Amino acid sequence: MQKTVLYDIHKQLGAKIVPFAGFEMPVEYGGINVEHMAVREAAGIFDVSHMGEFWVKGPNAFDLIQSVTSNDLSVIPVGKAQYSCMPNDEGGIVDDLIVYHYEDEKYMLVVNASNMDKDWNWINAKNSFAAELENASDKMSLIAVQGPKAGEILQKLTPLDLVSIPFYAFATGEMAGKSDVIISNTGYTGSGGFELYLYNEDAADVWQAIMEAGKEYGLMPAGLGARDTLRLEAGLALYGNDLTDSSSPVEANLGWITKLVDGNDFTSRPLFEKQKAEGVDKRLKGFVLEERGIPRKGYEIVDADGNAIGEVTSGTMSPMLKKGIGMGYVKSGFWKTDTEVFIRIRNKDVKAKIVKPPFVKLK
Amino acid sequence: MERIHKQQIVMNIPENLKFTKDHEWVKIDGGVAIVGITDFAQNELGDIVFVEIETEDEDLEKEEVFGTIEAVKTVSDLYMPVSGKIIEVNEELENEPEKVNKEPYDGGWMVKIEMADPDQAEDLLSAAQYKELIG
Repeated sequence: MQKTVLYDIHKQLGAKIVPFAGFEMPVEYGGINVEHMAVREAAGIFDVSHMGEFWVKGPNAFDLIQSVTSNDLSVIPVGKAQYSCMPNDEGGIVDDLIVYHYEDEKYMLVVNASNMDKDWNWINAKNSFAAELENASDKMSLIAVQGPKAGEILQKLTPLDLVSIPFYAFATGEMAGKSDVIISNTGYTGSGGFELYLYNEDAADVWQAIMEAGKEYGLMPAGLGARDTLRLEAGLALYGNDLTDSSSPVEANLGWITKLVDGNDFTSRPLFEKQKAEGVDKRLKGFVLEERGIPRKGYEIVDADGNAIGEVTSGTMSPMLKKGIGMGYVKSGFWKTDTEVFIRIRNKDVKAKIVKPPFVKLK
Repeated sequence: MERIHKQQIVMNIPENLKFTKDHEWVKIDGGVAIVGITDFAQNELGDIVFVEIETEDEDLEKEEVFGTIEAVKTVSDLYMPVSGKIIEVNEELENEPEKVNKEPYDGGWMVKIEMADPDQAEDLLSAAQYKELIG
């Protein structure tokens, strides 16, 4: 089991540690709800150093990434990031990821920890372009500072003007006295904020500096538990739950990052063209429970007569709505907003309605 | 309650209560058993968001499921520590499930059971035995 370089700090903060994707990670410090609300109303700091970082370099870097990802890489200039998806040969998803155009002929791919080895092998196998590949995951840490106060907190620690970094853009520079930190206006909570990619040896000092700077704003350390409830309220998909090797990006509502434009010949493109043209049988939909209960992964979605129409892929009690919310693949005919469906929770069919995520209106 | 692992935090284990391996506490009051989950259990579960008990007035056997408890991350069954009839359910938990976290041995109680066989109280764990169980 691996540890991030911030493990000792988490223990000192009283974190409950759980194994996740081969790492011992903090799942919560003082309670998931408190951490969740801190991010929605002030700010939270997360250690997500388990995420994988791959560098793709050289004159053929563009061609390799364009061929393995579904989004159109040609539209992002240096300094911008792009949410994308790596399809497999059968029209499923290897992983979802963020691509950073770091500098000319140099990109960084940020992938899910649970898929790191699979992704690395996949990209290498597809690298007929002979692009230069480096797995930097062991050298890099990732700290996410999320919430409406995240920018103000971090601004105290950097000479860079953070307001001038748009959503899905980044700058590289000094943070808390450490140089070469990638400061990215991205996140997985729906509440805004930044993600900081830094060298392992700088991570502990930067974490402590942010904790100190954030005190007056109500910054709290937040674990993977709150990260999950936050991303779900924001309607963001999670690989392993909502995205899998056998779900297509078209089914998963990732059509917006599946760009069927000239010059973007990526894996399984013909399959997705067909799905976009002819439609699909099931789609990832959001739902809110109308009665008490909490939907969870694997629960059946049924119609009013009890017939199976789908399966829950993610679910939780929304700390903001105080209602059960979730996502799941639902067969066609039940996709319209406000359609009545039922979630089978321990042999009881609990009424729910289809909604369009995000579940919570966020700034 | 599965997925329980050891915690370094010192847990509150009242000496006057009995316990089960499922991390429930039992207060014997004449022929009535008052049941809740232990401090250790609530800490392991994390924020409790929903306690569902729909077995009021039912006669259930020892170790049968009388309800479920949902935390943000997990759902666990609640087991009868003794056989008997559920004569009262703590209705305050419907609106304030967090009471199970805040006061597991007081306001967080869950059911009162009219015991079918008061001798079953002898099979429950003492505070010392429970302490040993959770290490």
